[in-house]
Amino acid sequence: MTRTLDIKSLRLRLPDTARPVLDGVDLHIAAGETVALVGESGSGKTLTSRTVLRLLPKGAETEGEVDVAGENVLAMTPQQLHALRTGRVAMIFQDPRAAINPLRRVGDFLTEGVRLTGTLSEQDATRRAGELLEAVGLSGAVLRHYPGQMSGGMLQRVMIAAALMGDPVLLLADEPTTALDVTSQAEVVALIGELKERFGTGLLFVTHDLGLAAAISDRVYVMYAGRIVETGPAEALFADPRHPYTRALLDASPRLIEPGRRLAAIDGQPPDLRQELTGCPFAPRCRFATGLCTTQAPQPQAAPGAPGHLAACHHSDRLAEGAADA
Amino acid sequence: MSFARFAARRLLEMAATLLGASFVIFGAMYLAPGDPASFLLSGRSASPAALAAINQQYHLDDPFFVRYFRWLGQLLHGDFGRSIEYRTDVSKLLADRLPSTLLLVAMALVLVVAAGLALGWIGAVRGGAVDSTILVTTTVAVGTPSFVAAILLQGLFAVRLGWFPTSGTGQGFGDMVWHLTLPAIALALYLIGMLARVTRAAMLEQLGGEHVAVARSRGVPERQVIWRHVLRNALGTVLTTGGLIVSTLIICTVLVESAFSIGGIGQLLELATTTKDFPTVQAISLLIVGLFMTVNLIVDLLFPLVDPTVTLGARRSTA
Repeated sequence: MTRTLDIKSLRLRLPDTARPVLDGVDLHIAAGETVALVGESGSGKTLTSRTVLRLLPKGAETEGEVDVAGENVLAMTPQQLHALRTGRVAMIFQDPRAAINPLRRVGDFLTEGVRLTGTLSEQDATRRAGELLEAVGLSGAVLRHYPGQMSGGMLQRVMIAAALMGDPVLLLADEPTTALDVTSQAEVVALIGELKERFGTGLLFVTHDLGLAAAISDRVYVMYAGRIVETGPAEALFADPRHPYTRALLDASPRLIEPGRRLAAIDGQPPDLRQELTGCPFAPRCRFATGLCTTQAPQPQAAPGAPGHLAACHHSDRLAEGAADA
Repeated sequence: MSFARFAARRLLEMAATLLGASFVIFGAMYLAPGDPASFLLSGRSASPAALAAINQQYHLDDPFFVRYFRWLGQLLHGDFGRSIEYRTDVSKLLADRLPSTLLLVAMALVLVVAAGLALGWIGAVRGGAVDSTILVTTTVAVGTPSFVAAILLQGLFAVRLGWFPTSGTGQGFGDMVWHLTLPAIALALYLIGMLARVTRAAMLEQLGGEHVAVARSRGVPERQVIWRHVLRNALGTVLTTGGLIVSTLIICTVLVESAFSIGGIGQLLELATTTKDFPTVQAISLLIVGLFMTVNLIVDLLFPLVDPTVTLGARRSTA
């Protein structure tokens, strides 16, 4: 069966950079599957999710394919792209306060996409907006509200309802909880999970929060410097990481079971976009790095006996030993 | 704030401002050098008796405050006094000349809004060479004083090409519009440049906004994105500038009406000032203050319509 999303060797170049911002990204989502994309700021995770809607920065050049239900988004005509954006794929943005025009009513925001493209009549659009507002736990009365009259948590619910307006097969959630307080965060995550089940959509959950990624997703992709460094089922990836970066990220996360333990920060900085990369992008910060790592870029390799768990590291096997001494 | 409270507060403020302005205007005329009586005699030597008669007719010998309050009392009865130069009631002078000035300002305002918004819009949305061309053109427009523009337009379109009259006001509406076209362009040019730049900057700021990317990601057609999210959100800035624009238009009529010999309020103010016709100067100054306040009031009333996050009276326009 066709995958809901299939990104194949996606390469994206921006003007005035020495290397591609996205460098051979492979990522797929099956129908109804939840996939987390984890990485630090600047690793390219947001750009990857935006590429699915072809929301590209000015002057960006792309190579590779981004297939949604078998159709390459990067090769679509403007009409096809419109159809994709109003229907099959919807995005939940990071900061609802910035994402929703403060001068227009919530009802207008919810219905404009489907109304202006003629997908639904004004009446049907308003009825559907009312239903979806109830589904996200808000009353239909907020249709007449202005964004300034609502809290951030409520607005993010509006954002989620808006994403569901076009009956999408794929939801892209770009750090949907980062701008919210902790209570709203938990509620919004639970709500996205629940609605995803109810409407049967696939979900790409972009986050820098490993714990959240583990809790919500079936599979996880870890991104570093525009490349996917490791991917696998959520439990396997967290129990037995095969890439030193994933390992280091896990060591750097606070855990409630071992309070008082010092967090292990990762030394150094991610590589600059103005500088060309040879070999493994993580090598300068990696304690397993050898001469090989600086000259030859590692290709993704499956873990023994686990074909879905891939890591792009020359020393995946040494990692298990290293973890033992640590 | 309720509308009634807003209206009451604004009316009080306007009355207080007018009162203050009337005092400053009257005081300025009192302090200004030269005296009306000597102008009336226009250099002829007069007998002390004749001079005394003139001083008495215009109450020039009374103390300052007596003169001020007499003038204020007459104003409240709608009496602006008699013009020394024209020997008629100032109110009649104003009534005769106001229509051409208002028509001139209205025509210039239409030009400014239409051309300024369009140029700013095109520059922001198109970018590239079109934007650069608009930027250069508006820079030149902003740097051209209206009296220079008036002379250039007169020379080219009136004298050389003969498409428009060189001067005068005209009779009847159509003829007046024809006579006022060049003056309106001269008046509008600088402000078109200014509004185009303000509109362009405000639209570019909105274009970079997250909510615009979101609207696009949801399949809102580009034309609607510009209309509903970019231009719509830029209107607040444009409206605030609009108040400033109308005020500037009113002031600049003095220069342009003189250049084109248009019998309007601006030209009257210029003539009255040079001839020390103080009742006329006072009346026009007060009229301009009143027009400014009306413009500000209109901007403040329109603001909540343009930006629903602003309530009536919560924001004072800066114009």
